[in-house]
Amino acid sequence: MKLLLVIAGAAVGAPLRYLTDRAVQARHDSAFPWGTFIVNVVGSAILGFVTGATMAGDAPHWVQLLVGTGFCGALTTYSTFSYETLRLYEQNAKLPALANVIASVLAALGAAILGVAVSQSIWS
Amino acid sequence: MQSDPSPREPIDPDVDLRHPTTRVETSAAASGRGGAVVLLAIAGGGAVGASARYLIGLGWPAPAGSLPWATMVINLVGCALIGVLMVLVSEVWVGQRLLRPFLGTGVLGGFTTFSTYAVDLQQLIADRHPITAVTYLLATVIGAIAAVWAATHATRALVRRRRNRRDRR
Repeated sequence: MKLLLVIAGAAVGAPLRYLTDRAVQARHDSAFPWGTFIVNVVGSAILGFVTGATMAGDAPHWVQLLVGTGFCGALTTYSTFSYETLRLYEQNAKLPALANVIASVLAALGAAILGVAVSQSIWS
Repeated sequence: MQSDPSPREPIDPDVDLRHPTTRVETSAAASGRGGAVVLLAIAGGGAVGASARYLIGLGWPAPAGSLPWATMVINLVGCALIGVLMVLVSEVWVGQRLLRPFLGTGVLGGFTTFSTYAVDLQQLIADRHPITAVTYLLATVIGAIAAVWAATHATRALVRRRRNRRDRR
């Protein structure tokens, strides 16, 4: 039953990452992987929010599994991020490769901190 | 300018509209049913990858304040596997339309996670474990780049060696 919640969340999160990526690229002709950057930052904010609500005791465990482990886990990705960084570097876009690493890590961490802070300010 | 060591590989493995390898299924996506099949492959793959991540996490929990080993190993393994996969779909299994969406975008994208990495870092910082936080931050990001680099280069070398041997026959 718990596994089904994870599966349901992931079955939505993974295609949403793909659709976001495609929509961003269709509007924005750039080698910089903005689509992956956006889903990783937004997913980290949502997971921060859900985690904050769970810590405050106001979110049931099934929400953490469905939205956190399933949806946010599948919406965000480390594999795509690392491969894009390698390919940018190999195509001689060394500065964008480095910027992708630093910006992704800092923005996702900032989003997670913000997400937790927002849900704690609501539920405390 | 240094030339690209493997121009047949895209930058973005999920979808790269600037590159023919990952643009194949978007032309089919415009025709409707092909697009739905690609989305189903990604959803199914994502479910498989996320389930594996969840089950590994159940069997290998991280006590509060400790290094989240399971998530780190999951992310590093996923980064190595995307390197292997992208070389194979670009150089060997060319034309397998659903393989990359299912295995790359779906399974590996669902298996690895940036959000858990970010929130675990937030928790380590909030609970005042700065050394563990910095160790985790750097070990994952450096390990991920090293893993994808090593796996991609090893797979390219194997593919080339196999191709050379075949050409000589």
